[in-house]
Amino acid sequence: MQRKVNIWNNIDWTTVFIYLLLVFLGWINIYAAVYNDDHQSIFDFSQRYGKQLIWIFAAFILIFIVFTIDINFYTFFAYVIYGGMILILLAVLVLGTKVHGATSWFEIGNIRIQPSEFAKIATALALARYVSSFNVQINTVKSYVRIAGIIFLPAILILMQNDTGSALVYFAFAIVLFREGLSGSIFFLGLLVIILFILALVFEKLTIIILSVFVALAIFWIINRKGKQFAIALLVYLLSTALFLGLNYFLGLKISKVYIFLVSLGVSSIIYVVFAIKHKIKHVFVLLLFLYGSIVFTFSVDYVFHNILEKHQQKRINTLLGLESDPLGIGYNVNQSKIAIGSGGFAGKGFLGGTQTKFDFVPEQSTDFIFCTIGEEWGFLGTFFVISLFVALLLRLVLIAERQRSSFSRMYGYGVVSVLFFHVMINIGMTIGLMPVIGIPLPFFSYGGSSLWAFTILLFILLRLDASRLELLR
Amino acid sequence: MDSFAGRKNIIRFLIILVGLIYIVRLFILQVVDSSYKLTASNNVLRYETQYPARGLIYDRNGNLIVYNEATYDIMVNPLQLAPFDTSEFCSILEITKEYIDETIKLARAYSLYKPSIFLKQVSSLAYAQLQEVMFKFPGFFVQPRTLRKYTYQNASHVIGYVGEVNDKIIENNSYYIQGDYIGVSGLEQSYEEFLRGKKGVNIYMVDVHNRIKGSFNSGKFDVRAEVGSNIISTIDINLQKYGEKLMQNKIGSIVAIEPSTGEILALVSSPGYNPELLVGRSRADNYYKLNVDSLKPLFNRATMAQYPPGSTFKIINALIGQKEGVTSQYTTYGCQGGYYAGNFRLGCHIHNSPLNLSQSIQISCNTYYCNVFRNILDNRNYPSVRMAYDSWRNHVMSFGFGQPLNSDITSELKGLIPTKEYYDKIYRTENWRSLNIISLAIGQGELGTTPLQMANMTATVANRGFYYIPHIVKEIEGNNKLDQKFYKKNYTTIDSVYFGPVIHGMELAVNGEPGSGSTARTAQIQNIIVCGKTGTAQNPHGEDHSIFIAFAPKENPQIAISVYIENGGFGGTWAAPLAKLMIEKYLNDSISQPYWEEYILNCDLINKNAKKSQHLE
Repeated sequence: MQRKVNIWNNIDWTTVFIYLLLVFLGWINIYAAVYNDDHQSIFDFSQRYGKQLIWIFAAFILIFIVFTIDINFYTFFAYVIYGGMILILLAVLVLGTKVHGATSWFEIGNIRIQPSEFAKIATALALARYVSSFNVQINTVKSYVRIAGIIFLPAILILMQNDTGSALVYFAFAIVLFREGLSGSIFFLGLLVIILFILALVFEKLTIIILSVFVALAIFWIINRKGKQFAIALLVYLLSTALFLGLNYFLGLKISKVYIFLVSLGVSSIIYVVFAIKHKIKHVFVLLLFLYGSIVFTFSVDYVFHNILEKHQQKRINTLLGLESDPLGIGYNVNQSKIAIGSGGFAGKGFLGGTQTKFDFVPEQSTDFIFCTIGEEWGFLGTFFVISLFVALLLRLVLIAERQRSSFSRMYGYGVVSVLFFHVMINIGMTIGLMPVIGIPLPFFSYGGSSLWAFTILLFILLRLDASRLELLR
Repeated sequence: MDSFAGRKNIIRFLIILVGLIYIVRLFILQVVDSSYKLTASNNVLRYETQYPARGLIYDRNGNLIVYNEATYDIMVNPLQLAPFDTSEFCSILEITKEYIDETIKLARAYSLYKPSIFLKQVSSLAYAQLQEVMFKFPGFFVQPRTLRKYTYQNASHVIGYVGEVNDKIIENNSYYIQGDYIGVSGLEQSYEEFLRGKKGVNIYMVDVHNRIKGSFNSGKFDVRAEVGSNIISTIDINLQKYGEKLMQNKIGSIVAIEPSTGEILALVSSPGYNPELLVGRSRADNYYKLNVDSLKPLFNRATMAQYPPGSTFKIINALIGQKEGVTSQYTTYGCQGGYYAGNFRLGCHIHNSPLNLSQSIQISCNTYYCNVFRNILDNRNYPSVRMAYDSWRNHVMSFGFGQPLNSDITSELKGLIPTKEYYDKIYRTENWRSLNIISLAIGQGELGTTPLQMANMTATVANRGFYYIPHIVKEIEGNNKLDQKFYKKNYTTIDSVYFGPVIHGMELAVNGEPGSGSTARTAQIQNIIVCGKTGTAQNPHGEDHSIFIAFAPKENPQIAISVYIENGGFGGTWAAPLAKLMIEKYLNDSISQPYWEEYILNCDLINKNAKKSQHLE
């Protein structure tokens, strides 16, 4: 059952106010970032700040359109929108224009559109639609597969466009799934895979083998609490390793240490399994599964990385993880960005007073590194204010999501929270050296029509759903 | 209903936690840590890129081939410009006021913030003068760079050259900025990442008069430049030089490979050019001149020219015939001045008959190979000629033909070994017969092979069945190993036992008794057993190309070589003696028969052929 409510009375004006404030601050900071003596007027449409003003007004029109559409449209057409978006992402791979090495733009006349920005909206809608379907149980293998499909299909297409940053955003949807009750062990497993992946690239194989053996033993100790069994396990392993190492040394064989450790691990685990069965020790098989799973995973990551990936792909991953520094590339950007923000001090150098963010010292100053301009010209007061605004917005959105009566709206709300949170965390984090440099925009701030419009639509669909929430009778 | 509602608080907590961490971090960065502060008097930082010296290049014996020379570019930063005394500036740099106006206009058009090159490669004298008065010219600064210098005027196609990056490169690779140099061809290109080193940056505090006040934060944020790695090439520069000398006034190429490693000892493409022409201010002019030269000196014939292999290809057919079991070293065929099949005739020269396999190579009998090739294609073990052809093609491809060898020379063409579908198209039927493509028997027809591929084939024969991918770099300083692919043995589909009779034939071709019909006696060297095979590539545009391939010594081969001389006629005339001189030079470092050297040096095919064509007109 539904009843009609005047939606204009039910708009969440707090969110709208924060939104307007962020967009306005973004605009004047873009002005400051690209300001030069030749073009002093903030309304100069040949400059980025002039163009951004046009994007902003266009965004207001989009808001109006979003609000005139009936809420059922978003539910019913969630899959259609998603499907259409996938087709567009495929098309951009074929027909797109290459900008800075990424083929993620459509060029129509003078206007460039980046479909990957809008794909987030479609994914948030489709995910909410699927998980909220009344017959879907989230913790089944079937759901896992479908959810992973919905999230990672666009991510893979975007990765193929060579836009790693935008693709990583899709991991953020984990927050939605967390809220909706995805099993904790999945999160644990995911975390383990990520940690092992990074470890596999950072450390030698040998280190990881030894490390995982001791982690497995530690877990064994924690869940079993039996000193004797633990001691025997440790002893068997150490003895067989020593034995094989000794053999290798005295027989003068030159077998790689990695293999010696693996063989002795194999031998000792067989011995221990026999022992465990005899003494009815629990959890041994789960632990061994974990142990061998980790080792196999490590070896395959290593193999794929060195033998299958191309050099430039290896390099991109390495720089992302900070394993390879590119003096005038990424590390250089972070240093410049830190100098710019740091030089702002407590109160900043004042509007247009920045020196580091002018003259191209900081790269991408009006897009990915716009936060530097805030830091330099408005100081700690400014950065504190902007971060507080984002935190307030996110908390407000959580509140809005929670007060929805339909689970579709709630999940979509969390989709919005996930995307915005990820963008803000990564973008600001990279300018202050806490996050790897992943080129994604700061929502509502960064220069660019596509991202501003996409974030606006993303946010206002939620406000539209929220404004009509009372139409749904419980 | 909603049993996970409690998790919302965890999400809230996460948001607040990240917010707090960032605020604390910013507080430290902006308020607590003083290292980022600038004082009011020097609130502008200048980032000066430090360009490392490019790696040096040595030959295989440690002779320095390529090194660097310092030079200075005057750069301009349009936004920092202020009115200055143009006449003084002009007199120091020897430029006109118009040049200043024009260049600054261009620089402004390029970017207001990014520095542009104002004047390239200023002399160190002008630089020293300018340095004293630099403070009078705000917005300008000097960027030291290095230029390439060459010890020898040789090996230009191997080394390649260095040029300025273009917009496309800058767009696709963030390492490069306007005015940077990059290896454009040859070794300079394929080993760019090692040779270039890594740029560094020094950050200085600068006052309003553009004067450096000191290092920012005592250099904490500076990045030190890393010098490029030196490279030891596989080239023997003396052999290379000798080869280029022998090729004077001739069009063609020489490729010499060490069979046991795949290392390229010499790679000559003639006519070549002096590498010094493509360095410095006159680069663009010289490049233009070389580019429009009708003899195409910039074209790397050794890796890009594709000729039919001619009779040298009989070696391949002899090997495939044995492998497929349709011929053996004892098989003999008679020859009465040609191969006859119905109305078809493919001519051969007059020689003793019948011949066995080794003799057929020694004497280069066309008839023998027409028989062998038809046996291969009409082999009953295959359901059709097409299938037999496919198998033949696979054997040929296993020698590295019909595909780039994947060496570290960037300009490599793949040649042509036609597919069966190619012939389907030509004959408009799938039922073409072995006689239709009989010219492949003697290496003519639709075949295309590069001199590099031919040298590689020769090395493969010398190794009796395998090759290492040919390469021009032996060692990169600071890197233990080259790309793994250069250490891998690539086996052909032919077993090593079948190489014996063929190699024996090649030995006879060079070392046969006078009057025995040996085709390559001009390649004989005292005390060294050279194994070789002549070839003549049909050329529809003029006189045939002279080809010779050889390796030596027969046991434990040290060098495998292919020589192509365009419009040189029969392979034994020019190519074989030239190869002989190269082999002897490499193995003995001396020439036992100087008159052969004179004979080759005096050979002027370019002018001879030019006169001929003039005469025809």
